Amino acid sequence: MNVLGDAWDWLADGTNWSGESGVWNRLGEHVVLTVVCVLVAVVIALPIALWLGHLGRGGTLAINISNIGRAIPTFAVLVLLGLSPIGMGDTATIIALVLFAIPPVLTNAYVGMRGVDRDVVEASRGMGMTGGQMLFRVELPLALPLIMTGIRTCAVQVVATATLAALVAGGGLGRIVTAGFDLQDNGQVVAGAILVAALALVVEGLFALVQRFTARTPRGGVTS
Amino acid sequence: MPVRPLGYCPPVIVASGDCLKRNSWVCGKYFDEYSEEITTALREHIYLTVVSVAIGLLVAFPMALAARRWRLTGSVLLGSTTILYTIPSLAMFAILQPFTGLTETTVIIGLVLYSLTILVRNMLAGLQAVPPDVVEAAKGMGYGPGRLLFQVELPLALPAIMAGVRVATVSTVALTTVGAIVGSGGLGNLIYSGIDTLFKAQVLTASVLCVALAIVADLLLLGVQRLSTPWERAGGRKRRQSAVPAPTAEIDLKAGASA
Repeated sequence: MNVLGDAWDWLADGTNWSGESGVWNRLGEHVVLTVVCVLVAVVIALPIALWLGHLGRGGTLAINISNIGRAIPTFAVLVLLGLSPIGMGDTATIIALVLFAIPPVLTNAYVGMRGVDRDVVEASRGMGMTGGQMLFRVELPLALPLIMTGIRTCAVQVVATATLAALVAGGGLGRIVTAGFDLQDNGQVVAGAILVAALALVVEGLFALVQRFTARTPRGGVTS
Repeated sequence: MPVRPLGYCPPVIVASGDCLKRNSWVCGKYFDEYSEEITTALREHIYLTVVSVAIGLLVAFPMALAARRWRLTGSVLLGSTTILYTIPSLAMFAILQPFTGLTETTVIIGLVLYSLTILVRNMLAGLQAVPPDVVEAAKGMGYGPGRLLFQVELPLALPAIMAGVRVATVSTVALTTVGAIVGSGGLGNLIYSGIDTLFKAQVLTASVLCVALAIVADLLLLGVQRLSTPWERAGGRKRRQSAVPAPTAEIDLKAGASA
């Protein structure tokens, strides 16, 4: 268990936290990358999912896109984009992360929209609501728990995938791990890995809290 | 631009006609010259996937039984496997690496831990969805706990379990690539070395093979599922849906996490 001691020493050393390759800077890069990618993915996927869900069309696509996403290794896409004219760097990383962040948002939001009680939708139609009113005042609020679950899955996944960016010259906490590998410093490798895992768990926990406070009626939706 | 793949000695051929030398994405010559390397990587990839999912099943089974028996144990087990699933794969392999070294064991342990999330959940859901009437009937016919489990409950839970195995296998195939950071990533090794060599044909070929492997594995398992549950087909759609409700779809949604 010497390695854990080394990792602790590495974390306890203040010099490892400052500077360009320090923990604070890498953490900042990781968080910024995650926030940007999640926002872009939500902006792209959510309107499509809401629209398809409202119309009740494109279900096969909305569901299967998650299955397809799972079969494609993120790592492969990162390297492929890096070797393409886009080149290794932030752009390739962001494109890859967004591509993999879209499926969970799209699928969950679509399923949430379709899961809204048809009677409620019919009742709102009977009350003379327009399509837009039904979408925003009835379906969207009822689908919210699942939409949030999708965004949560997406965020946790982006945190995880952003780590791989370190392998193709991106920033983020993954760099601490890869630098540790290069230096053959197991303490640093494990310290970096612990930081990454902690960040992923913190993000998951934050979303769980947000969901607990926003969901007034606990529904048996998809929680992980 | 002197782009040259590792271990590749430029032969005396006119450069313009040589797709390897031009570093094309698609290159027939690559298959000829590197077939051994590709086969080795593919074989390792299949080996890692099969072993990981098999061990995952063996570990998940008693876990699912325990989770069904004791409620508290169930929430602890499901909670901890979910936490494991949240840990990024790079971190997982990096944490295991000092203990098990740069070996296939490191990758297999990581992959097994990831597969548990999906497998335990689906096994539990499948077992819980067995109609109580059927269990009662079997007990009335004198089935003991062992026979009840293996001859009645497991077969009925099989569709849900197989759905879990398919999801676990497909994500394991994709996750295995990251094992390259500890030297055992199957096709991932070819992708990883491409970062330094910029060898396009190698990276594209390995990536496509990886996706193809996932699809083939999924279809094979679907075939196994169909063959092992003939009553599902005979019973038609309605019975299938009532026998195994939500779990399949539920897992499908969540399993997107972790890379």
